[in-house]
Amino acid sequence: MDDLIKDFLQESRENLDHLDQDFVKLESEPDDPELLKSIFRTIHTIKGTCGFLGFGKLESLAHAGENLLSQLRDGAIALNAQRTTVLLQMVDAVREMLDSIEARGNEGERDDCALIATLTTLQCDGEVETHEERGQTRETSTAEAAMTGKPEVVSNEAAEAESGKAEGFLGEAVRLLGKILVERNMAAPEEVAAAIQKQLEGDTRPLGEILVERGAVKTQDVVAALQVQQSAKAAMTEGTIRVDVGLLDKLMNLVGELVLARNHIVQYMQKADDHSLAVSSQRLNLITTELQESVMKTRMQPIGNLWSKFPRTVRDLAMSCGKQVRIEMEGKDTELDKTIVEAIKDPLTHLVRNAVDHGIEAPEKRTAAGKGPEGMLHLRAYHEGGQVNIEISDDGAGLDAEKIRKKALQRGLIRPEQVTRLTERETANLIFLPGLSTAEKVSSVSGRGVGMDVVKTNIEKIGGTVDVQSKAGQGTTVRMKIPLTLAIIPALIVSAAEERYAIPQVSLLELVWLEGENARKGIEMLSGAPVYRLRGQLLPLVYLEHELNGRVEGKPEGARTKREKGEAVNIVVLQAEDRQFGLVVDEINDTEEIVVKPLSKQLKSVNAFAGATIMGDGQVALILDVMGLAQRASVIGENRERAMTAKDAATSAEGGEKQTMLLMQCGAEGRLAMQLSLVARLEEFKKESIEKAGDQQVVQYRGEIMPLLRVADVLGGGQGVGSTEGAAMTQVVVYSEGGRRVGLVVDRILDIVEESFLQQHPSKRKGLIGSAVIQEKVTDLLDVHSLIRSAIPSFDEGEAAGEEK
Amino acid sequence: MKESQQFCTFSIEEQHFAVPVQSVQEVIRYQEMTRVPLAPAVIRGLINLRGQIVVAYDLRKRLGYPELQENRKPMNVVVRADGETVSLLVDEIGDVIEVKEDCAEQPPETLQAHMRELVQGVYKLKDQLLLVLDTEKTVAGGEDSAARH
Repeated sequence: MDDLIKDFLQESRENLDHLDQDFVKLESEPDDPELLKSIFRTIHTIKGTCGFLGFGKLESLAHAGENLLSQLRDGAIALNAQRTTVLLQMVDAVREMLDSIEARGNEGERDDCALIATLTTLQCDGEVETHEERGQTRETSTAEAAMTGKPEVVSNEAAEAESGKAEGFLGEAVRLLGKILVERNMAAPEEVAAAIQKQLEGDTRPLGEILVERGAVKTQDVVAALQVQQSAKAAMTEGTIRVDVGLLDKLMNLVGELVLARNHIVQYMQKADDHSLAVSSQRLNLITTELQESVMKTRMQPIGNLWSKFPRTVRDLAMSCGKQVRIEMEGKDTELDKTIVEAIKDPLTHLVRNAVDHGIEAPEKRTAAGKGPEGMLHLRAYHEGGQVNIEISDDGAGLDAEKIRKKALQRGLIRPEQVTRLTERETANLIFLPGLSTAEKVSSVSGRGVGMDVVKTNIEKIGGTVDVQSKAGQGTTVRMKIPLTLAIIPALIVSAAEERYAIPQVSLLELVWLEGENARKGIEMLSGAPVYRLRGQLLPLVYLEHELNGRVEGKPEGARTKREKGEAVNIVVLQAEDRQFGLVVDEINDTEEIVVKPLSKQLKSVNAFAGATIMGDGQVALILDVMGLAQRASVIGENRERAMTAKDAATSAEGGEKQTMLLMQCGAEGRLAMQLSLVARLEEFKKESIEKAGDQQVVQYRGEIMPLLRVADVLGGGQGVGSTEGAAMTQVVVYSEGGRRVGLVVDRILDIVEESFLQQHPSKRKGLIGSAVIQEKVTDLLDVHSLIRSAIPSFDEGEAAGEEK
Repeated sequence: MKESQQFCTFSIEEQHFAVPVQSVQEVIRYQEMTRVPLAPAVIRGLINLRGQIVVAYDLRKRLGYPELQENRKPMNVVVRADGETVSLLVDEIGDVIEVKEDCAEQPPETLQAHMRELVQGVYKLKDQLLLVLDTEKTVAGGEDSAARH
């Protein structure tokens, strides 16, 4: 494509982006003449240039827009919502044509007659505006102004259009020269105009020459003006230049290489003994660091660039849902790496749209709730601890916790018993689960059940975190933490099985070193899963070597490394999603700034690694993907739905909700459990000591007659009784309630376990609460209370008798 | 069709192989490798090629040969294939030779199946036979062959 057209496209796009902001600002400050002028100039430039480049359709549209704008600028008519909307439509149309020019080289097949007609109609205050909210008085006064001002305005505009064409035709230099000459009173405006006219008629000489020839200016004046023009140009080009992003990326890569080379030299210098070389290497070290920082800066972009689109988005969206929303931004200058800005663009847009669509209520609702009719959307960005925090808050209705819980239940994302345990924050964060949308009706904007989980995934993909907080009636705040850059990150270097691995520092919480006695006893097994008690909390452990190389079967634990001998254990405590786990490694080496390199396609399927890097000694080291590793080791679920369950199991494991259960065998396969706290004693009775009172088996126990219940019989699984018949001793669990004792006859006492478990499904069978997985086996949970009452209906009556004794 | 073609030759287990010279970026001696756990078996590791991280393919494994003896170190033929730069590990590097197209033939049916799919053609030279590998296929098949091993 023509370079000229390319430049035109790029420049116009930048201008249009600026325009969006200006328009929205203009709506709140309709009388700002500077804003109007700037908008007018932008459209004017586009019109002029596309006329020159031969884009007729684009020109006529821009022309119509320019006409309307010139009326506005001159105060002939006032800006109102309708005009703003139409002007924005025009900007969109222009943008579409620009896209089409880029893609196909022409303006496309659009028909903008209607738009142009509206733009033209709106130039006068007529019927179009009478139904607007504006006051009648104002209306008439502006109409009058329009009447009186009109002829002049039109002629002005015509002249401007003419000169615009000339400017477009002859380029910047001429305009500047003529302007400078006029401004400095060196030439009369009409002389310059005449000279331009001459050029238009085919005179190819430069403007200055024509003017000198006509005797309109002195030669030295032209020379002086040309100098002014040159210096102005130089100042413009010195300030900023356009640089190809590809070049910056290459530069960044090269600096990455330099950092590696530097690391290598610095490492070597620690062993070498050469003073002058040491000084040089130190200088190299400093310069490299500075260079790295500077190059990183060239890729930095203020987040404001991204936000600048939001006022328009919010405005359009608010209009379409009949809401009033004001957008405020804080920390626009906060800078982020270009790649990150790109990565957070969609999630941020989604959150902003969500806030307007769902967060902020309609004006009537707001007024009813005692709030101003205009909702507020607040964007805030700031640096903190080497990360960028971005907050999006609205003062809307907040999240409906009840609705979220109900929906989550309905979708099976959480289980009923979890509902009551969820804190307000946990509930709010449920919105990030896939498939959860509380919007009742699906709008074009949101509510399709995709979105928030995608937001979360995208943010996490770049190593960020996202969190939502909400107060009913007061609003919602979504907070994200995002790394500054992805290219060079600080990492902890560890080794396992004689290989080095880098762990990104962002997911690192702390390091734990166990030695001697602690190393041998500190790690406990929870039915095969190693855990460590970190300040009273159970920390699941993952052995890096086992995860990567598989467990070496048959090898006695303690054959090779210090760790395996139980002499010392290194635990790297990591954060994956909202779970913590300990990664056991052989050695912890050092922290280092590493350059992240992507893995090639062939290795993409290995989810345990996030990339690779080159270490100071030139060797390649793999960067661990903490999330992927956690998934591999099933510390976190493979998908979010499971993550929630795992998290829940973990909270009960960590939160001291463990219960001590007595495990019993009853019948051939019946595994039963009851809470140990309900058990008074465990006794064994000889077969002979069991007597009968009526049809009830009893035994004499501590001077009382204690009824015996065969649990298997009561539960209806009588086949197990046989096994007890043969045994000499009968196992009895003594249960005591209200001074009365009952003996529960079971086949065997299996174990007493302290374990957290989740009751799975409630049982319909009498005497059972439900079942759960204990010690990796399905176990029925006894409801002793109802079991006894079903077997001995008179138990409660006996209670009173028992008390009398 | 071109009259003749240039090939970069190398050998594995005394058998001569070649890849088209235009797909070869460079040929380098043995490089230290970093093993990639959990990766397909044909991927021997990663090497640092002047700051670029390159996957090293074990051609012996890919072609079904036994592993190289402990004391011998493979050489790297760095090729560009499938939009990426990868290194093919070979026993020895040969010359770059120019071969006439008319001495090419389809690989014989009796060639082992997993080698057949990678061999583009057989060139009958004066004193040897040259198997020309399809680099794209050689590199792309990593995952399938992992299942085999």
